[in-house]
Amino acid sequence: MTSPLLLAQGLRKQVGERLLWQRLGLELGPGERLALVGPAGCGKTLLLRQLAWLDPLDGGQVLLRGLPPQGWSLPRYRAQVAYLAQRPPVFAGTVAQNLAEPWTYRCHQGRSPDPERLLAWLDQLGRGPSFLGQDAERLSGGETQLLALLRLLQLDPVVLLLDEPSASLDGATTLKLEALLLQWLGNGDRALILTSHDPDQVQRCCDRQLELGP
Amino acid sequence: MSGTGALPISDGSLALSALLIGLNLALSSLLRLGLGRPLLLASTRMVVQLLLVGGVLEWLFRQQNPLPILGLGLVMACIAAVSAVQRTRRRFAGIYWNSLVSVLAASSLVTGLALVGIIRPQPWFAPQYLIPLLGMVLGNTLNGISLGLDRLMESLVSQRDQVELRLGLGASRWEACREPVADAIRVGMVPTINSMLVMGLVSLPGMMTGQILQGGAPAAAVRYQIVVLFMIAAATALGLVAVVLLAYLGLTSRDHQLRLERLRQVP
Repeated sequence: MTSPLLLAQGLRKQVGERLLWQRLGLELGPGERLALVGPAGCGKTLLLRQLAWLDPLDGGQVLLRGLPPQGWSLPRYRAQVAYLAQRPPVFAGTVAQNLAEPWTYRCHQGRSPDPERLLAWLDQLGRGPSFLGQDAERLSGGETQLLALLRLLQLDPVVLLLDEPSASLDGATTLKLEALLLQWLGNGDRALILTSHDPDQVQRCCDRQLELGP
Repeated sequence: MSGTGALPISDGSLALSALLIGLNLALSSLLRLGLGRPLLLASTRMVVQLLLVGGVLEWLFRQQNPLPILGLGLVMACIAAVSAVQRTRRRFAGIYWNSLVSVLAASSLVTGLALVGIIRPQPWFAPQYLIPLLGMVLGNTLNGISLGLDRLMESLVSQRDQVELRLGLGASRWEACREPVADAIRVGMVPTINSMLVMGLVSLPGMMTGQILQGGAPAAAVRYQIVVLFMIAAATALGLVAVVLLAYLGLTSRDHQLRLERLRQVP
């Protein structure tokens, strides 16, 4: 029995008068891939945001390798428990500038990007090096999602929290993206939580499901 | 000042000047511009407030004790702080305190230094210097603070996704909010910087005009004006930076979260 990477216990979420969930727990070990399923509005996005500590906690606790987020200091916690929003925005500038921006943050100092790995990933997704020079604000919805995922993956997080990662992608690119994700997961102590409207994607990518009830 | 004083204005002349507004009122009702009510209200308020202030100042200028003078300064600062907030479109708990602390700190520091170190009236709290200087500083600081606060809150709301994207990538709250914060400070300083740029070319400031009307030498009036403009720019910048930083701290958390649920829109 390996110790969990991410552990959440007794989570509680209330939005206004409405109780979304309480006593919610989850445990994620190395290599595990969890899908959050449930009807629209059941709080899948809010749970991912909660795990990324973007919202204040209504109750319960979250531990990464046994330490609460404050124990890591928040920027370093989020660099490891990385959240990708459903419609991620881009920064002004080119794709390359978008990929460079996080490396200017203090919590990534002392580490540096790996351009070769990035090009290999791009190749895997069917994009050439010219993709890097494109104006990020003029990318299509699908390409924006690819950019957003690469911007996150290059930082080598431990737990990926993906909210509908392929919502705007065509079928072929979706499969390439899934292959890249699975390959990335195989490289070390890593885990994945995702939400998807596509039951087939959940089948392909995840080994467990957590049902959020209404 | 070596002036002989401006020509006094009689009650009749004062009424005559109101005719200028009367002309506009007539025009407004003729064309149904709907300008009549607000113009009348503003004019009446202006006359009543100024006549009252004239009386208060007459009394105040006879005081030998700094307390009533500083007390009036405090009241002026509070009014400026509240008005600065009232022009913003959103509020959060503590916004009035943030505004008051910033206005008080910036205006008292700058006015105090100018009085004690530059103009040096005897005594230092001489009301004919302290009150008008403080008033000019407050009036401009108020504008800067209200523009900057409003801009910060609006940008945090409109750029929420960007800010949270940065947080999600490991940015600290400062790294994530630096752009909106810098933008808010820039916007708050625009009127002050613009007015300094065209000073003397487009506008002759009220204080300088007043001194010249009083028979003062233009060269001396210009020197006063320069000091006042530096005071205004310094106080506006200080108050603005303080209020924007306080609001930024109030709308984020120690856990590096954006806490926009603390904002509410003014109906």
